[in-house]
Amino acid sequence: MFRYTKATFLREVVVWIAALITLMPFYFLFITALKSDEEALTTGSSTPPSRPSVQSFADVLTAGGDSNILLGLLHSVIITVGSIMGMVVIGSLAAYVLARSTQRWGSVAFYLFLIAIILPTQLGLIPLYIGARQLGLVGSLWGMIVLYTGTLMPLAVFLYASFFRGLPRDYEEAAAIDGASPTRVFFRIVLPLMAPATGTVAILTGLIVWNDFFSALIFLGGSGNQTVTVSMYYYVGGLVSAWNKIFAIVIISMVPILTFYLFAQKKFIQGFAGGIK
Amino acid sequence: MTATIGTGPVVREGSAAAGDGTPSRPRRARPLITYGYWWWALPAIAMVLLIHYIATAGGAFYAFTDWTGIGDFNFIGLDNFKRIFEDPALIGSLKNTLFLAFGFLILTNLFGLLLALALNRSLKTRYLLRVLLFMPVVLSPLAVSYIWKFIFDFKGPLNSVIGWFGIEPKVWLADPTLSLWAILVVMAWQTTGMCMVIYLAGLATVSQDIEEAAALDGASTWRRFRSITVPSIRPSIAIASTLMLVQGLRVFDQVMALTGGGPAGDTETLATQVYKQTFALSNFGFGAALALILTLVILVFSVLQQAATKDRS
Repeated sequence: MFRYTKATFLREVVVWIAALITLMPFYFLFITALKSDEEALTTGSSTPPSRPSVQSFADVLTAGGDSNILLGLLHSVIITVGSIMGMVVIGSLAAYVLARSTQRWGSVAFYLFLIAIILPTQLGLIPLYIGARQLGLVGSLWGMIVLYTGTLMPLAVFLYASFFRGLPRDYEEAAAIDGASPTRVFFRIVLPLMAPATGTVAILTGLIVWNDFFSALIFLGGSGNQTVTVSMYYYVGGLVSAWNKIFAIVIISMVPILTFYLFAQKKFIQGFAGGIK
Repeated sequence: MTATIGTGPVVREGSAAAGDGTPSRPRRARPLITYGYWWWALPAIAMVLLIHYIATAGGAFYAFTDWTGIGDFNFIGLDNFKRIFEDPALIGSLKNTLFLAFGFLILTNLFGLLLALALNRSLKTRYLLRVLLFMPVVLSPLAVSYIWKFIFDFKGPLNSVIGWFGIEPKVWLADPTLSLWAILVVMAWQTTGMCMVIYLAGLATVSQDIEEAAALDGASTWRRFRSITVPSIRPSIAIASTLMLVQGLRVFDQVMALTGGGPAGDTETLATQVYKQTFALSNFGFGAALALILTLVILVFSVLQQAATKDRS
């Protein structure tokens, strides 16, 4: 009944057509970015350039000041990697203890994290901004790392805790019976085993941090330490309809995440579907 | 070698909890060993308490003041909220927020489910299709909005295409009604892939045997779908709809990039208003009041959402 019938083939064709229509925007993205300045103004929006040029990319890459995209990429990398590390270390330790705990405070703490996931962050952002300002952390990379780590910690803890709950305790017990201290049990036994969960946490939270705009704009706007999204925002804001340049910067901003995605798509998709479950 | 059985923290905590002096029995089975140290959870708890709970409480406090970010402030009670509900522009942004959120919820779930159903079985290229259709999800909403800004541009491809059908070109992003729909399309375009993936995971749990048996018994496709598939994907429906609703209520990047809240504030949402009031106009107290309303809206709908899609099996 689930053989590959003619109807199945038809379904496949229909889905492909739908997929290609859905991905049309990328077509426009690329042909427009490759247009020279005058072609961008003269040719129709759906027609490809007759003389593709990479001038717009050159212009974007040499833009300075607030729109410095290479610097923005660097900052994004630093902040994302830093946040992921913070979440993996602090989150896994906390989730491990909470998942294995049999006391009431363990469940209370766990619900604390659960509610914090749903709790919207907009309201807290204002006092956080004030506090950060007092501490001089506004516009600092470290401040952002701390902010993102704290904001996404509930998600990280939740993902890790779900994983630990499903992890059989046999290995840990065996190690403890052999005389290992709880610390050694964790670092020698549990840590290697939690690699898949770490992958999920890293991908989900890393994606959120990398693409974040709202908080980045508020805390890093104009500070010289901005991330790639904010740099892109400033650059585009300075142009009016230079679509070739706008799309050049869009493509450049997408390259890191798309490369990562193409290498690890299975992990991405599994992370979203499974982690969220 | 004797087993190291850690009973310290567990039992002691248990007895401490019963404050009336009676000896308490541990309510749960004692674990065989001590797993980690309880204080390992402290940094995480501290961070969450601070960055989520205390900050939110602080924000809620500011909502009742007229603070402008510098200098003193006065406690003004519900004045901010009165202002909000008397201002038609702000009521408008509340309506926009709700429209975008529910439209987003419906479109992404509907098309996500359809795509998942289409991709679920036997297609030869389903893996590639899945990768391609999920791709927009990993992009930055800001970048995606810029692409669509071009498409919706008056001289852009969309107007060219509808021109082939003899329809007049429209000013998509400058029209009060069309612009909101345009934002909705952009939001849905990017995130339908996420729903698709969630539903694909859910559909994978549908037992093929039961479906085959039902088919052999002559059940129509629709009947099979309703009675077998739908109950199995209930958890996916719950998850997908909650995620999409909350995400939809918080929409910010797309509005800022596509219309900036225009034309004339017609596409403002609560989130964009919070940003403008607080950070552009420095009305910290007023912005906090708006943020508080947004928070309450999200919390209320999350709870309703959970109740509506609760698995009653």
